Amino acid sequence: MTAPQDPRSLAWTIGAAIVVVLYVILLLGVESQLEIAGLLAAGIAAVAVAARFGVVARLGRFLGERDGLLNALVVAGTLAVTAFFHGDAFVLLLVATVIIYFIACLGLNLQFGYSGVLNFAGAAFFGIGCYTAAVMTVHTAVPHLLILFAGGAMAAAIGSILILPVLRTYSHYSAVITIAFGLLFKIFLEVNDALGGPQGLRVKGMNVLGWKFNSNIDIGGIEVSFYVNYIVLGLVLLALAFTFVRRVERSWIGLNLDAVRLDETAAACFGLNITRWKITAFTLGNFLIGLAGALFAMMLGFIAPTNFTFGDSLILVSIVLLGGIGNPWGLVVATAILIVVPEKLQAIQEYRFLLFAAMVILILLFRPEGLLPRSLRTYFPGWRAK
Amino acid sequence: MSATSNNNGATPLLAATGLSKLFGGVVALDKLDLQVFANQILGLIGPNGSGKTTFFNVTTGIYPVSAGRVVFDGQDITNLSTQAVYRAGISRTFQRSRLSLALSIFDNIMIGNHKRLNQGLWFNLARRDAFRRQFEESFEEARELVQVFDAPLADRMFEAIGGFPMIDRRRIEICRALVSRPKLLLLDEPSAGMTQEETTELMDDILEVKDRFQGLTIVIIEHEMGVIERITERCVVLNFGQKISEGAYQEIARDRLVQEAYLGIE
Repeated sequence: MTAPQDPRSLAWTIGAAIVVVLYVILLLGVESQLEIAGLLAAGIAAVAVAARFGVVARLGRFLGERDGLLNALVVAGTLAVTAFFHGDAFVLLLVATVIIYFIACLGLNLQFGYSGVLNFAGAAFFGIGCYTAAVMTVHTAVPHLLILFAGGAMAAAIGSILILPVLRTYSHYSAVITIAFGLLFKIFLEVNDALGGPQGLRVKGMNVLGWKFNSNIDIGGIEVSFYVNYIVLGLVLLALAFTFVRRVERSWIGLNLDAVRLDETAAACFGLNITRWKITAFTLGNFLIGLAGALFAMMLGFIAPTNFTFGDSLILVSIVLLGGIGNPWGLVVATAILIVVPEKLQAIQEYRFLLFAAMVILILLFRPEGLLPRSLRTYFPGWRAK
Repeated sequence: MSATSNNNGATPLLAATGLSKLFGGVVALDKLDLQVFANQILGLIGPNGSGKTTFFNVTTGIYPVSAGRVVFDGQDITNLSTQAVYRAGISRTFQRSRLSLALSIFDNIMIGNHKRLNQGLWFNLARRDAFRRQFEESFEEARELVQVFDAPLADRMFEAIGGFPMIDRRRIEICRALVSRPKLLLLDEPSAGMTQEETTELMDDILEVKDRFQGLTIVIIEHEMGVIERITERCVVLNFGQKISEGAYQEIARDRLVQEAYLGIE
C-alpha cells in the first residue's frame, strides 16, 4: 500500500519549500553583516514558531512517508538557488561546498551514526580523495569520472588498514587512534616532497568528454559561473550517495549496524559478526568521504595539507552531531549552517570554532539527538501491514 | 547419580561435563556436570552468585571455559564463539533486559533472526524486490510470534520498545530468542522486575510457546519457587558453582542440602 493522498499537506509542503528557497536566496544575497545577523535571527524565530504550532511535525510526518517528494524538492530548490546566482562565483562555490561536504558527512554518518565507529580523521580521508585526484589528473590519462571513484576506493583501502587497530580497542581509545591517524596524515603530507610538501599540489579540473568543468559557460549571452558544473555533478553524486545510504539504513545491513552500536554482546549472541559489520560501515563510509574529496579537489584546482587539519575533521563530526546522529536529512541542515554561516557572517569567521564548540555543547545538553532526530526505521516508506 | 535414570538413559540435548569457570581466584563453576533433556523445561536454581548465569554465559560462548566440555546435540560446543553457538541452535535472554530500546519491536525481533535473513550487501541494497519479499515474510512470522504472547502488541510492531512496560519487553526479548527456531532456549530470570500477576501471565505465555514449538527445550533460571514448581519438569540446584541436588521440584524441595543453601540451616 502507498501513503494516502493528502492535497492540503502537499500544498503546505510546497509552500514551505518555496519559503525556504526564498529565505536561502535572501540570506546568500545580502552583504551587510547586520542584515545577515537579522535574517539568521528571523530564521531561527520562524522555525521556533512553526514548531510551536505543530507545522514542523506535520511536515515531517507528511514527508517521512514520501521520500521521493522530499528529494525532488531539495534538488529543485538547489537548482533554483543556483539559477538565481548563476553569475556569482562566491555564492555558487558555497553551494557546491555544502553539497560536497554533505556527501562526506553521509559517509561519516554511516560509520558513526549507524555502526558507532568514531572517526576523527574525516578530513584525512577527505584529503586522501583530494590527493588521489591531484596525482591522477596530472599524471595519468584515466577518465576523470573514474578518478572520483578511485579517490573513494583509495580512502576505503587506507581506511581498511586503520580499522585494524580501531577494532582492537574500545570507544575512547579507538577515537584516539583515529585522531592520531589524522595528525599523522597531515604531517606525512607536509614532509613528502613527491606530494608537494607544505606547498601542496595542483589539480586539473574535471573534464568529461571534452566538457571542461572549470571554464565559465556562455548561454545565449548570459555568463554562467563554472561552479554550476560542479553543482550539477555534485547533485547527481549526492543523489546516488543518498540513495545508497538510505538503502543501507532500510535493510538488514542497517539493522545490523544499529545492533552493533547499541549492544555488541547481545548482537554477538544472535550471530552478528561485530568485526564484519564495523569494517563494512567504516569502509563504505570512507569511500563516500574520499569520493567527495576527489570532487572537491578538482573544483578548487589546488590543494595543500592545511586543508586537512584536525579542526576540519572536527567540523565533519560536529555536522553529524548537530544534524541528528543517523539522520541523513539532519545533515543537510547542519552542513548548511556550519559551512554557510561563517562564510556569510565574516564577523565570526575568527571565532567559528568557538561558536561550533558552543553549538555542539548546547545540542548535546538540550537536544542530544540533534536538530532533526532520527526516526524509527521504516523499511519501505508508506508501507502498511496487511 | 540419578541424572540419566530420570530419563531412562536418553541422550541429553545439552551436556556439560566437569565444567569449571574461574574468575581470577573466584570459582564460579566448579566441575559441574549438568544435563538438559530434549522437550523438557529445566529449572536452574540456587542462591545469588551460585553460578547460574555464568553457566549460561559459558555455554553461549561469552566467557571461555576454564576446564571441562559442553556438548550440544552431538556437537562439541566448548569454547565456540557466541555466533557459532547461536547458529548451532541455542538462543537466550538476559537477566537485565538487553533489548535495543531505541529500535522498534520488529527490529529487535529481527536481530534474533540474523541467521535466517540474507545478509549479502548486493541482496540488501540492489535487489529491493527480493528484499521486500523477505521483509514481508519475516514481518508476518514475527507478528504471529508476538500474537502468541499478546495480540495488541502485534499491532504495534513499528513502535520503539523503550516505550513499553517491563512485561512487554520480556515478551519481545523471548520473541527475539525464539524467532530463529532454536532447539534450546535459555531464559535468564524472565520474571525479574515484574509483579506477581505479570509473572503468572508471562509463564502462561512460555508454556503456550512450548506447546506451539514442537521439540523446544527450555532452561530457565528463576528465583520464584512458585514459578519453578509450576512450569519445570526437572530442576538442578547450584551452590558455589557446584550441583548440590537435582530432580523434580518436589524432590529437591525436600532435599536437606537445598534447604541449607537457601535458608542457611546449620
